[in-house]
Amino acid sequence: AAARGCGGVWRRAWQRGAGGPAPAPRGQRAVACNARGGAVPAGKSGLAPWVPVVGLEIHAQISSNSKLFSGSQVQFAAAPNSLVSFFDASLPGTLPVLNRRCVEAAVMTGLALNCSINKRSLFDRKHYFYADLPAGYQITQQRVPIAVNGSLSYSLCIDNKMSQMVTKTVRIKQIQLEQDSGKSLHDDTRNQTLVDLNRAGVGLMEVVMEPDMCCGEEAAAAVRELQLILQTLGSSQAVMAEGQLRVDANVSVHHPGEHYGVRTEVKNINSLRFLAKAVDYEIQRQIEELENGGTILNETRAFDSKLGCTVPMRDKEGKQDYRFMPEPNLPPLILYDAKSLPANMNHQQVVNIDWIHERLPDLPSVKRAKLVERYGILPEHSFTLLNEDGLTEFFENVVKQTQMKPKKVIGWILNDLLSYLKQHSLTVKESPVSSFLLADLLNLLEKKEISSTAAKQVLAELWKGEGKTPFEIVKEKKLELIQDQKELEQICQAVIDGQENEVIMMVLG
Amino acid sequence: AALKGGLRFQVSAALKEGRVTPTELCQRCLSLIKSTKFLNAYITVAEETALKQAEESETRYRRGQPLGVLDGIPIAVKDNFNTAGIETTCASNMLKGYISPYNATVVQKLLDQGAVLLGKTNLDEFAMGSGSTDGVFGPVRNPWSYSRQYKEKSVPKSRSEDEESNWVITGGSSGGSAAAVSSFTCFAALGSDTGGSTRNPAAHCGVVGLKPTYGLISRHGLIPLVNSMDVPGILTRCVDDAAVVLGSLAGHDPKDSTTIQDNFKPFELPNLTDVSKLSIGIPKEYHAPGLSSEILALWSKAADLFKNAGAKVVEVSLPHTRYSIVCYHVLCTAEVASNMARFDGLEYGHRSDMNKSTESMYAATRREGFNDVVRGRILSGNYFLLKQNYENYFIKAQKVRRLIANDFVKVFGSGVDILLTPTTLSDAVPYMEFIKEDNRTRSAQDDILTQAANMAGLPAINVPTGLSERGLPVGLQFIGRSFQEKQLLTVAKWFEKQVKFPMIQLEVKRHDHSTFQHQKSAFFS
Repeated sequence: AAARGCGGVWRRAWQRGAGGPAPAPRGQRAVACNARGGAVPAGKSGLAPWVPVVGLEIHAQISSNSKLFSGSQVQFAAAPNSLVSFFDASLPGTLPVLNRRCVEAAVMTGLALNCSINKRSLFDRKHYFYADLPAGYQITQQRVPIAVNGSLSYSLCIDNKMSQMVTKTVRIKQIQLEQDSGKSLHDDTRNQTLVDLNRAGVGLMEVVMEPDMCCGEEAAAAVRELQLILQTLGSSQAVMAEGQLRVDANVSVHHPGEHYGVRTEVKNINSLRFLAKAVDYEIQRQIEELENGGTILNETRAFDSKLGCTVPMRDKEGKQDYRFMPEPNLPPLILYDAKSLPANMNHQQVVNIDWIHERLPDLPSVKRAKLVERYGILPEHSFTLLNEDGLTEFFENVVKQTQMKPKKVIGWILNDLLSYLKQHSLTVKESPVSSFLLADLLNLLEKKEISSTAAKQVLAELWKGEGKTPFEIVKEKKLELIQDQKELEQICQAVIDGQENEVIMMVLG
Repeated sequence: AALKGGLRFQVSAALKEGRVTPTELCQRCLSLIKSTKFLNAYITVAEETALKQAEESETRYRRGQPLGVLDGIPIAVKDNFNTAGIETTCASNMLKGYISPYNATVVQKLLDQGAVLLGKTNLDEFAMGSGSTDGVFGPVRNPWSYSRQYKEKSVPKSRSEDEESNWVITGGSSGGSAAAVSSFTCFAALGSDTGGSTRNPAAHCGVVGLKPTYGLISRHGLIPLVNSMDVPGILTRCVDDAAVVLGSLAGHDPKDSTTIQDNFKPFELPNLTDVSKLSIGIPKEYHAPGLSSEILALWSKAADLFKNAGAKVVEVSLPHTRYSIVCYHVLCTAEVASNMARFDGLEYGHRSDMNKSTESMYAATRREGFNDVVRGRILSGNYFLLKQNYENYFIKAQKVRRLIANDFVKVFGSGVDILLTPTTLSDAVPYMEFIKEDNRTRSAQDDILTQAANMAGLPAINVPTGLSERGLPVGLQFIGRSFQEKQLLTVAKWFEKQVKFPMIQLEVKRHDHSTFQHQKSAFFS
């Protein structure tokens, strides 16, 4: 049944017209998104409309030198099994020792997401047999997680128009600390499984978002904002492509006024684009399934990025009973605040919530507000600035080195620099034009030494990265604006002289 | 001889004075291990490394720089502690041939203080049992089976077949360590104590068995049975020796987050002369069904001993004691199910040849690697942890555990210093008798007087008290307040001095068929 959706018509809007399958117009889809909790018009059955519900579970790998419970190093793409301690390999008799840095990262993240931090949280064992889980259980926080009841505000634009941004909020149910698993590599031709334990035991923060979203775009925007926050805090590098940020989406649909429908969990989503696609596909699949008289199974599905659809995952062990149990080798995790901190306590041994709170960096939302205020740019521009790694710094550096008003600079940054970088798949850091060169160019423009058209020509030359300054290019290409009245008159006269016939025609009208 | 400031390993004085060298001592122990091989106390004898360690110790003594009281002292370690370079089997097929890359913290501490590690002692598979009869290397025989005392009283017609069928068990699960200390093959041994596994065999083998407070000694490197109850145990011939070993092992370990943060100060035990300020509690619930009249009598006698010496002796109640063993069973099996999950044949240990699928390999590995007892506990533990059962079993058992612990808090809060109880219901039974009941039944019976201390995390010690009518050792248990080991051991030492437990008169047939009899010597006291 899953293959059905993967063909030519895999992506139909869930607010289809009577005409049946048709590619989803982006605008219409966005309309559905914007009406949060709002109903989506019914399909061909003509019954009540559908309300999609999307919740997310996000695993963020903690950026730390060593693992959550052992001293092994954390490093991406190291030689297989080169970062494995006795504990990571679950050698008998080894015990977990909690890494303070991971606790601090979780507290920081919790505070940034407006959570209440539990001053006493607990660790539990979650049991299942899998080759990349050497102990046969994962240490997690099932009963009392480190942070609960938070919220995340994120913005997205209506109708894909940057000028129409709306801000939404998703509730954060909890953040829990837990161990990452190793990696299994299945070699089907030789019928063997290879296990790499480098990742086993790396600290994870599982961020559980309440089902407050209703489409892929919202889900992607929420995750993007979370990603920015984590990167700002430094609590996670949150690079999806490196698996530092992994998203599972819980999706269901129901009619307004009815209970939530049966939900499916979509896994294996490794980019924001795929997240939006996977969620939208799954919503549409469920609506179709239900409208065709089918039922939704409470199952785990994987997103196949090549086919652009979700497929049921083979669940070998059937319904899992994780047989949760308190982790007996770790005492309750106790955190302090300024009030509860005992006077004689060694500061190296405790985590002080207030101390961390005072040292939180500006979060993306604050950074954006400051950009708008300081430079008078539009709010949507501040989003774009923050969305690209290093772009804000680039912008601010240009502003510092030029007399041009920031409001004008932003146009050059967003329309010229950014679109060039996007076209060539470059990051801001890889830009062939430095902030210094761009500022130089904009100064020429600002001093009216060149026209705006000429400036674009110069920029086109600068992209080539031949090491010339804007001034040199202007000279070389003779692109200066002419300020001398007589010289201008002479040029005009020369033009007129050369076009005698046209002049006569004009004079005659 | 050198008894200044308490006994503290008499042999240590001999070493210091040069009356014996560490190598001589080590060789003597090794040869005793050989001549008592039939006891099956050791799984692995690390002769080569032991002699090397003895040699190093000898050098230190020659330079006049021994590392301390334990330097050159031959010790044995239960085979569920990791020892780098020496096999660690847990008496299981699952870990046969497994050589750990690291030392348990307690092993490392002993080695750091110059102790000579003779080998690894026998146990019930993964310490699950109360007889030391259920390990893959066969049962341990109680040295007292071969004592003149037992033979005289129990085997009048000393025919060899009778001897063969009459040998008694050591108790367990640290039976190998108890037998090793009892038969003079080492001076101290490490056991582990989860429900009584150190105190029970200590009682049956006539040695001191100390279970310290939970959290006082690191468990890092002890292959766990029940993490929330396991404690490394200490088996010695006298209370003073136990205090020395305790002093060398106790204290915070960064590798075990459940150890106390405070530094532990080793202590010497004073010779108590006045017990009049002591309050000894006699918990009435320990008058358990099945308690032999002999032990009951000995218990009363001991209470009288304190009373006559001026101590206050009061009957106390620990009302939840009778729920303890059932509660223990639920908590124990649940943790066992969890702890054993790692033995899947992938990273280490036994791996089945079955290769149809990963799952079938897991199943076959675990079927081949674990005995019935271990598999049974894994099964029931997983049952208790199932979502639909968790509340009814595990959570309830945890609540009962709290009630049991509170019983002790109340009693100690009422002014009682130390509790005095029997350690076992009876003296050791013959092996043939013991195996008539299954492991589960035996453990439930045998742990009944000891496991409450584990539930509450309290320190407890078995002190050998006397011989039964059959000429076998009987011990009594003292239970103290949390982290009050000094008080507990001081009282135990006073008691030890009063009861004058007799020396084992071991009659061991050597290869030349002559009878070798241990003599009480300065070294083996």
